[in-house]
Amino acid sequence: MKILVAVKRVVDYNVKVRPKADGSDVDIDNAKKAINPFCEIAVEEAVRLKEKGIASEIVVVSMGTKQSQEQIRTAMALGADRGILVETDVELQPLAVSKCLQKLVEKENPELVILGKQSIDGDNNQTGQMLGALTGMPQGTFASEVAIADGKVAVTREIDGGLQTVSLSLPAIVTTDLRLNEPRYATLPNIMKAKKKPLETISPDDLGVAVEPRVKTLKVEPPATREAGVKVGSVAELVEKLKNEAKVI
Amino acid sequence: MSILVVAEHDNGSIKGATLNTIAAAQKLGGDIDVLVAGSDCQGAAQAAASIAGVAKVKVADNAAYGHQLAENTAKLIAEVGKEYGYILAPATTTGKNVMPRAGALLDVQPISDIIAVESENVFKRPIYAGNVIATVESSDAIKVITVRTTAFDPVAAEGGSAEVVTLDAAHDEGKSSFVGEELAESDRPELTAADIVISGGRGMQNGDNFELLYKVADKLGAAVGASRAAVDAGFVPNDMQVGQTGKIVAPNLYVAVGISGAIQHLAGMKDSKTIVAINKDEEAPIFQVADYGLVADLFEALPELEQSV
Ligand SMILES: Cc1cc2nc3c(=O)[nH]c(=O)nc-3n(C[C@H](O)[C@H](O)[C@H](O)COP(=O)(O)OP(=O)(O)OC[C@H]3O[C@@H](n4cnc5c(N)ncnc54)[C@H](O)[C@@H]3O)c2cc1C
Ligand SMILES: Nc1ncnc2c1ncn2[C@@H]1O[C@H](COP(=O)(O)O)[C@@H](O)[C@H]1O
Repeated sequence: MKILVAVKRVVDYNVKVRPKADGSDVDIDNAKKAINPFCEIAVEEAVRLKEKGIASEIVVVSMGTKQSQEQIRTAMALGADRGILVETDVELQPLAVSKCLQKLVEKENPELVILGKQSIDGDNNQTGQMLGALTGMPQGTFASEVAIADGKVAVTREIDGGLQTVSLSLPAIVTTDLRLNEPRYATLPNIMKAKKKPLETISPDDLGVAVEPRVKTLKVEPPATREAGVKVGSVAELVEKLKNEAKVI
Repeated sequence: MSILVVAEHDNGSIKGATLNTIAAAQKLGGDIDVLVAGSDCQGAAQAAASIAGVAKVKVADNAAYGHQLAENTAKLIAEVGKEYGYILAPATTTGKNVMPRAGALLDVQPISDIIAVESENVFKRPIYAGNVIATVESSDAIKVITVRTTAFDPVAAEGGSAEVVTLDAAHDEGKSSFVGEELAESDRPELTAADIVISGGRGMQNGDNFELLYKVADKLGAAVGASRAAVDAGFVPNDMQVGQTGKIVAPNLYVAVGISGAIQHLAGMKDSKTIVAINKDEEAPIFQVADYGLVADLFEALPELEQSV
C-alpha cells in the first residue's frame, strides 16, 4: 500500500518562543527549525510499515515556504521514498492545509495518510480530522498503536480516560501520539541518499486551493507571569506555609 | 447569536467539562442549546436539561453515536450546528477528535482551546506550549470552538429546566467501529477536576514508587498526575500525563515531585494557584514557577509529607 505522510516545519521544541516587542507576531525568524515531533513519529510509523512489507511506497508532503524542503529531505533520510512541497509564503491554517492534502490524496490515492496529532507551534490539533471530513475517510486520532490487517486498520487511541481502540476501513487517516514509536536518527549515508530522492514542488494554485487565512492573529503576548516563589528548608516548613500562608490544605 | 454546546457525557450523566464550556458560551451572549449525541443517553439528556442557563437540549440517541465515533458524530454536529452562530465543545480528547471534522464539513477554520472571549469574534488562545497567548479574530460565519475548561468556572449543574427535543438523526458512515477500551479506574478525583494534584516524574524511578505519591494524595484527597517521562517509562498509564500534549490542569495546589519542569510540562500546570516543587536539583527549572520549592530527595520528603498532612 501507498502511505502519504504530512510533515510540518516548526520551531524546534527546545526553543522557548517569545512574542516580538511590538506584539505583532512571535519572534522566531532566527530560531532553530525542525520537523514537528509528532510528524517525525508519523514518518517513523510509515517506515516501519514499509519494513514489515505492508507499505510499498511512502510519499512525504509539506506545505509552507521553500525552506520546508529541509524537513522533506530529513523525512526522506528517515526512509520516505519521495517528497512533495506545496510552496507558499502565505501563513497556512489547518483548513487550507487539509484542502491541499485532499487534492494530493485524490492524485496519489494512498491507502493510509499519517499526520501528527498536533503541530507544536500553533497547537491546533485539527488537520487530520479536517482531512477526514474533506475526503470522507475515517480517522484514528492520537494513535499509540496501529495494526493493519484484512483491509482494515485498528488504531489504539490515547484518550482522556485511558485507551480506546477503533477499527477503520481503508483508506484511512491516522494521527500520531507520542508513544506510537520512538523515531530513529537519520544516518549520514541515508542523508546523502535522500538528496537524490525525487522532490516535486507545486503551488496551492496548481492544486486549485485558496489558502488565505480565515482566522487573523490580532496580537500575541506573553502569558501572565508568576511571582517568584521561595525555597523552604524542610517538609515541616512547607506544610506550615501551605496551611497558613497559601491556605490550600 | 445562538450557541450550540456539544455535551461531553457518558450516556448516563454529563461530564463536568460541559459546565465549563457552557460558562464560556455565556460570555458570548445568546441562547444556549446543548446537543447530546449518544446511545441510550436519556440520562445524560435529562442531566443536560437541568443545567442552569440552558435553553434547549437536542438529543440524538442512536447506536451510531454510541462511542462518539468522529465520522458519525461530526456529521450530526455539522447538520445541527449549521443553524447556529457558534458551536462549542470542551477541548477534551472527545472534543478535539470531533470538532475539527465538523468544522471542515462546514468549511470553517475552527479555533482550538480558547481561554478567553474578547468579543463576538475575538478570542484568546495559547500557542507554542503556552509560551505565547494569541488574540485571534475569526471571519467565519459559524464559529467552531473548543474551550480550555480550566479557563472558565463551571456553571451550576442544577437549576435549569430546558426543553428536551429528540432528533431522529442517524448518521452511520459505516467506515469505523468501536473495538474496545481500557479505562483507568481510580477512587481518586479526576485530574482535570481536582482541587489538589500531585504529580511524579522520572525522579520517581519506577511505578512501585508511585505508591509514595498515592499515600500523600489519599491523605489530601488529591488526584495524581505524571510527566511524560514517567508515562513513557511505563511507571503509570497515559491518562495521567499532564502537559502540552496531555491534560491541562489548574488546581488550587499542584505538587511536582521529581519533575524537572520542561516547557511542555509547564504548559499543562502553570495556571495552578499554588505550585510546590520537590526536587533534589536546586537548579531544576520547575523552581522558577514554584511558589514553594523544597530541595530534597523525594524518597525522604514524601514519607515525611505523608506523616505531616
Ligand atoms: C512534542 C513534545 C511534547 C511533550 N509533551 C509533554 C507533556 O505533555 N507533558 C510532559 O510532562 N512532558 C512532555 N514532553 C516531554 C518534556 O520535554 C520532558 O522531557 C519531560 O517533561 C521530562 O519529564 P521529567 O521532568 O519527569 O523528567 P526529567 O527531565 O528527567 O527530570 C527528572 C527530575 O527528577 C529529579 N530527581 C531525580 N531523582 C530525584 C530524587 N530522588 N528526589 C528528588 N528529585 C529527583 C531530577 O533532579 C530531575 O529534575 C514533551 C516533549 C515533546 C518533544
Ligand atoms: N503546513 C503543513 N505541512 C504539512 N503538514 C502539516 C502542515 N500543517 C499541519 N500539518 C499536519 O497536520 C498535523 C497536525 O497539525 P495541526 O492541525 O496544525 O496541529 C501535523 O502534525 C502535520 O502532520
